[in-house]
Amino acid sequence: MTETHSAGTRPAATATETRRMTTVQAILDALDLSMARDPSVLLLGEDVDDAAGGGIFHTSVGLSGKYGEARVRATPISEQAIVGAAIGAAIGGFRPVAEIMFMDFFGIALDQIAGHAAKLRYMSGGQTAVPLTIRTAAGAGMQFGAQHSEMLESWVCHIPGLKVVVAANPADAKGLLMSAIADDDPVITIEPTLNYWVSAEVPVGDHFVPIGKAAIARPGSDVTVVTYGRMTGFALQAAAELAAEGIDAEVIDLRSLVPMDEDAIIASVGRTRRAVVVHEAVRRGGLGAEIASLINEHLFGQLDAPVMRVAAPNTPVPYAAELEREFLVDSAKIAAGVRELAKA
Amino acid sequence: MSKTCDAEVPEAAALRRMFEIVAAISRTDAEFRKLLLAGQARSTYYSPKGQECISAGIGALLRGDDYVVTTYRGLHDHLAKGVPMRELFAEFLGRATGTCKGKGGPMHVTHLATGLMVTTGIVGSGLPIANGLAWSSLLRGTDQVTVVNFGDGASNIGAFHEALNMAALWRLPVVFVCHNNRYGEHTRYEAATSVAQVALRAAAYGMPGCTVDGNDPLAVYGAAQAAVARARAGDGPTLIEAMTYRFWGHIFGDDMRYMPAEERQAAMAGDPAVRYRNWLVDQGHFADADLAVIEADLDAAIADAVGFALDSPPPDPAELFTDVYAGEAMRA
Repeated sequence: MTETHSAGTRPAATATETRRMTTVQAILDALDLSMARDPSVLLLGEDVDDAAGGGIFHTSVGLSGKYGEARVRATPISEQAIVGAAIGAAIGGFRPVAEIMFMDFFGIALDQIAGHAAKLRYMSGGQTAVPLTIRTAAGAGMQFGAQHSEMLESWVCHIPGLKVVVAANPADAKGLLMSAIADDDPVITIEPTLNYWVSAEVPVGDHFVPIGKAAIARPGSDVTVVTYGRMTGFALQAAAELAAEGIDAEVIDLRSLVPMDEDAIIASVGRTRRAVVVHEAVRRGGLGAEIASLINEHLFGQLDAPVMRVAAPNTPVPYAAELEREFLVDSAKIAAGVRELAKA
Repeated sequence: MSKTCDAEVPEAAALRRMFEIVAAISRTDAEFRKLLLAGQARSTYYSPKGQECISAGIGALLRGDDYVVTTYRGLHDHLAKGVPMRELFAEFLGRATGTCKGKGGPMHVTHLATGLMVTTGIVGSGLPIANGLAWSSLLRGTDQVTVVNFGDGASNIGAFHEALNMAALWRLPVVFVCHNNRYGEHTRYEAATSVAQVALRAAAYGMPGCTVDGNDPLAVYGAAQAAVARARAGDGPTLIEAMTYRFWGHIFGDDMRYMPAEERQAAMAGDPAVRYRNWLVDQGHFADADLAVIEADLDAAIADAVGFALDSPPPDPAELFTDVYAGEAMRA
């Protein structure tokens, strides 16, 4: 994946020196810096300590040794207990980062996430803040089958009280995670699994990407592609192909799904008058419907074509490589959608 | 193996404190049921009447900085931890002056100042959160204890098992208090639970467990004293199962047909609040007149709290949008 975020639309980074690293290294860097700058930051989850290898994706390697096993706790395979303990510690004055290995496992912990983390501030009339971060890997493409491959952002975006972010590149993975940990509300950071091993330049030192600000990943004038996470890379590939055909697509990387940068979407589509919403999750009830509705509410009558959605079909994620490719949105599918819309 | 916990007679101050709590719960519950029947309050109400000795036995032992987590049937635990009556009644009536500005209601009372951290409406969900509160006190290096209350029904939900395992594994300073009132919603204990006593399940997680008469505040006090001491000393969690009975069914106003009438009548005839009062007088711990003074003070406090709540305004409509997230109210 290429780093083509235009500098002008990126918020000023707190560090200017960069180093090339994978998303895994960027996340580890964010956790390390956050734990170093704030002793109230805790880490818990399955296999996160060094004895267990520092997390199955190695995003916490060395942290239990550096910060101690009181602050970096490997847990039993008990998702409700993990999120519950994180909530209690958050109410008790700490900033826990809980790791739920795959987003598919949110189902096991959803009562704690949606019923408690999201609501305790509100139900208590503002007495109990829950400054909790839940990190989770999500997304298909590795033949992990139907239970380890889902993008379930719709589940959590639907719940008032939660914030939801998804990074498309290593720099944002670091910057969004540091912001999530410093945030006073529960933040879900969805980490596209296949992005873990993608490398790019990442700011050195503290790096905060504001939650709620989209990035214009590629400026363009003919059509707006609104997307996030791993689909941003595919959208940029599609835009490069389409440029050769004379279609100039703008790509918006939302980065933050809740709160969503509605102004950025409306401003862009207001100019291009055409919008394609792209996500990896299945189409039905997906965030694409929400974004299409937002665009219609603000720009109905100014659009040159109905808002299009490019998303996965309404099926479980299949295992066989051929079927999984068929299921997944890719640059060709996005390009086809944009072409069709540009002609409309 | 589970065993019945030993009980000794505590000192007079504790006996008095337990009486105050029992009487406060019993009288507050009666007052709130009256408000519901008069149409002055409308909410689902899960009366704790019959279970007040459990909260009293524990409440008399806890410090202000200890944490309590409870459930939708939680009024007894709120009062035992010292949540002020005015704010409590105002919250129950959905007023701006309530503990949670009227945004939580009876099922979601929080009062940080007294350590009442969470009241959840979801069976079993308080247990994992209690672990986190206990972890926070370990990290701070304090000897605070977290008490989490739940019903017998909660012992059949996954969160109970995940939480007990983690608490024992991490030696967390938690006291798990099961109010076994013989019913989970409308289903009898025996029809829903595979073991004769919930406390037997403690052994599966390598923690001490005991079953006590939850209608006897001395028995609860004795068990809780050992459990709280263990937690404060860093020796880990305990499961206490306190046997009791809920006088008014699952939700106040339900038809209670699932509870045999004679069973309920027998329980009410043995009202533990009355039994404890009589015992205090019969054993010569307090004169009847001394207890009557406490009761009169409670009645005055309750009347004051109800008046305060009824006179309080509802929350401002703008409150709908505050406290969803930190900082300024969200956009409408």
